[in-house]
Amino acid sequence: MRQSNVSDTFYRLAGMAICVLACAAPAYGQAAADGSIADSMPPSSLSGGRLLLTQGVSSIEGAAGGGLTPWALISGYDTANQVGGSVFDTYIKTQDYSLNTYGVALGLGNRVEFSLAKEAFDTRQIGALLGLGAGYTLTQDIVGAKVRLFGDAVLDQDSWLPQVAAGIQFKHNENGAVLAAIGAKSNSGTDFYLSATKLLLDQSLLFNTTLRLTKANQYGLLGFGGDNSNSYHPEFEGSLAYLLSKKLAVGVEYRSKPNNLSFAREQNAYDAFVAWTLNKHVSLTVAYVQLGDIATIKNQYGYYVSAQIGF
Amino acid sequence: MFLRKSASKYRLTRPGPTPRTHWAARAATGIASLLLALILNAMPTAIRGAYADDSLYQALGQKQGIIEIVNDLYDSVLADPRLRPYFVDAPQKRIRQKLSEQICVLAGGPCQYTGRSMDETHRGLGIDRPAFNALVEDLQLVMDKHHVPYHQQNELLAKLAPMYRVIIEK
Repeated sequence: MRQSNVSDTFYRLAGMAICVLACAAPAYGQAAADGSIADSMPPSSLSGGRLLLTQGVSSIEGAAGGGLTPWALISGYDTANQVGGSVFDTYIKTQDYSLNTYGVALGLGNRVEFSLAKEAFDTRQIGALLGLGAGYTLTQDIVGAKVRLFGDAVLDQDSWLPQVAAGIQFKHNENGAVLAAIGAKSNSGTDFYLSATKLLLDQSLLFNTTLRLTKANQYGLLGFGGDNSNSYHPEFEGSLAYLLSKKLAVGVEYRSKPNNLSFAREQNAYDAFVAWTLNKHVSLTVAYVQLGDIATIKNQYGYYVSAQIGF
Repeated sequence: MFLRKSASKYRLTRPGPTPRTHWAARAATGIASLLLALILNAMPTAIRGAYADDSLYQALGQKQGIIEIVNDLYDSVLADPRLRPYFVDAPQKRIRQKLSEQICVLAGGPCQYTGRSMDETHRGLGIDRPAFNALVEDLQLVMDKHHVPYHQQNELLAKLAPMYRVIIEK
């Protein structure tokens, strides 16, 4: 089992690398062949209204944002055709669990964003301990929508007014029976959030704050509501990123969560990330994540790897 | 069947509710982190504000450096199919001169801008967002060529970016 986990990780990373290379190569090839300024843009350039690294990445729930939290930015905004988006695959591994999430986000006219994500939470050896069986995997589908209300995070550099967006995430967990057994009140739930994002370009700093109303236990992977509480809780999420160069950004994130289930306490999540953009289309993010206790197993921390391709 | 069994086993081994963090406590943590971020962010500005700030002007290579950057920029936009139509029939010499003046002023240099307002000079040109962004891209490339450090580039872009409100028409 341990062996298969290792090889699984290996294949996943190898797959990401191939995917990134395959997508990056034609872009570089084309630039070299064409040679015009428009096609030989470095990854740094403003792309459809944003400095590339300031457009964020794909959050684990599919919306454009940081790794753990949505931002007010609209995915893949490309003014040339008014429609853009991105696909992503993110893999998180802690000592005892792993989470794979992949999905797509589509942005329309820098106003509306739709996103889809599928999360698979692998309990690995802990599954056996919980009586579910080793490698038992909980899966969740997330359908998201986000509307930019006002502001331009990148261009409004002469004011403190951030870009603000309101969003909604419909989450459906496919493991209803298990969720009921651990005390969750529902296997589906809806999150509502308000995000404010501001780029301080003269400081090369970007920050985001998100207020979320949610009933989700561990993002919904352990269902919604519980024996402790079955009401909406306001939760706070924050990201702070520093642009080191045109290709590289570093930052930290924070996300608070409800504590609805009596059988296992839930803690806040943190991460420290490095985002690297290869070109206008491809970016990679690696992070150290601190996710706290998960389903009674203490102090889960580990790595986060994410590849994103914009279109 | 096994589910019920597993759940009961679970409760036995991990009994009792754990204390909940009050939402206000979490709010306070969130707000505190934000405030910290704001303070950290404001510090360099506060320190710099104590002096007459011409660091950007210096980073751009003073008057001569700015003139060279603007000349290279104009050559770039003429070679850029996305921008050539806007610039090819324009009064090139005048634009090069006025743009140099403007950037010098924005950078904190000892210059005076003698041109018309941005609103006036761009009215009716039908400039859209892709064109605006394309110019920023070309400017970044030219600043790279002139070895303007990335963070100083961002400082200049921060001063230029808000002009999108009067420049972009559609």
